[in-house]
Amino acid sequence: MALANVLQSESVDFSNYGRQRRGFASGLYETELGVESVGGDNLSFAVRTACADGDGPERKIEFLHGTTTLAFKFQHGVIVAVDSRATAGSYIASQTVKKVIEINPYLLGTMAGGAADCSFWERLLARQCRVYELRNKERISVAAASKLLANMVYQYKGMGLSMGTMVCGWDKTGPGLYYVDSEGNRVCGDLFAVGSGSMYAYGIVDSGLKQQNLTVEEACDLGRRAIYQATYRDAYSGGQVNLYHVHSQGWTRVSQSDVLMLHQQYQAEKAEKA
Amino acid sequence: MEYLIGIQGPDFVLVAADNVAASSIIQMKQDQDKMFKLSDKILLLCVGEAGDTVQFAEYIQKNIQLYKMRNEHSLQQRYGNDLFPTPYHVNLLLAGFDETDGPGLYFMDYLSALAKAPFAAHGYGAYLTLSILDRYYRPDLTRDEAVELLKKCIEELNKRLIINLPSFSVRLIDKDGIHDLEKLVPVGAK
Repeated sequence: MALANVLQSESVDFSNYGRQRRGFASGLYETELGVESVGGDNLSFAVRTACADGDGPERKIEFLHGTTTLAFKFQHGVIVAVDSRATAGSYIASQTVKKVIEINPYLLGTMAGGAADCSFWERLLARQCRVYELRNKERISVAAASKLLANMVYQYKGMGLSMGTMVCGWDKTGPGLYYVDSEGNRVCGDLFAVGSGSMYAYGIVDSGLKQQNLTVEEACDLGRRAIYQATYRDAYSGGQVNLYHVHSQGWTRVSQSDVLMLHQQYQAEKAEKA
Repeated sequence: MEYLIGIQGPDFVLVAADNVAASSIIQMKQDQDKMFKLSDKILLLCVGEAGDTVQFAEYIQKNIQLYKMRNEHSLQQRYGNDLFPTPYHVNLLLAGFDETDGPGLYFMDYLSALAKAPFAAHGYGAYLTLSILDRYYRPDLTRDEAVELLKKCIEELNKRLIINLPSFSVRLIDKDGIHDLEKLVPVGAK
């Protein structure tokens, strides 16, 4: 139902599908505000009763929230760093998951929450971005791309989607970084960390970014270190650190480093200093 | 966690909102603007569930602009309030200056309860500050006195509220439109 609707609609028309929230525009409104009434799908204003919330079948599906992803802006662009562990309860399902989705050559999306949700919606976003490019003969801005994604998932709010993603890119206003999630949040910022290990990552990046004028090398090291520290403390993050750098020419895959190798390396550096 | 406050004077309305955008226990952003401009002299302050706030406020904002375009005159302030109970979990303050009625401040919650009030607040901070407003508010406040009253409220939040709200956006609406005032940044716990 919902899937077919989404794939059919060219530009997502959120006055009709999915949610009762669209019942907002009533016949009465037509005269006062000139708002078009909702089409055939004229859903009632009935507020969803409590029984519908919280205990739906979606709640029984386990999602793989264990992750650490981060992205931050600095003077030479945006650094995106992610781990690569997928867990199902306490079982490590995979240590080699790709949590950065390459939307197009100048836009990246990170994945946290439900893997299927993230990759599906971001692929759909890629399609919308391409359509935008063809229609407007120019690249889509990071703000517009993130707004498209936010509006798409907002229709499914409360229905069990689990997605916490950062849309990172470079457009004509410079580096862009937006956090979008399935709750409906869409926030622009200079630094975000998402996932079970996010708090540990925030600690490292916040303290590292206090020093201004990072070089590309230093920024990459900071991103790598932050993910490593998060995997050290968070049981649900681990595997490898995948690092990307977004600059004016698009994104570049900088490195993939195994967390255990990094551990050896940092220990050695510590021993040298002592 | 979020806080909105509005104080109406004889010919102006002073409004303020905190600037934190949070997700569970993390502050994702410390300079979020929670005020939406509905027209030259009307501001909508909106807090509540993630996503709902922006979607709802932008929906109202765009529809009011559409009305203006279609009808060549703006929606008067009180008509901006007619709403049905909806699943949007948002709490609002609507503040504006009307040519005929003068300044107005309207309090609305997620159940669509609507009240015109001389002063109003939303959030946990409201529990702490409404009494201060009750005590010190007068209908003939000058602009400076209103700002002082606002500062008193924010100092109280800084002192007693368990959640740290590092800064507040402040705006004033009068017959000349919407004016941005200096951001209030409470300093140091007392």
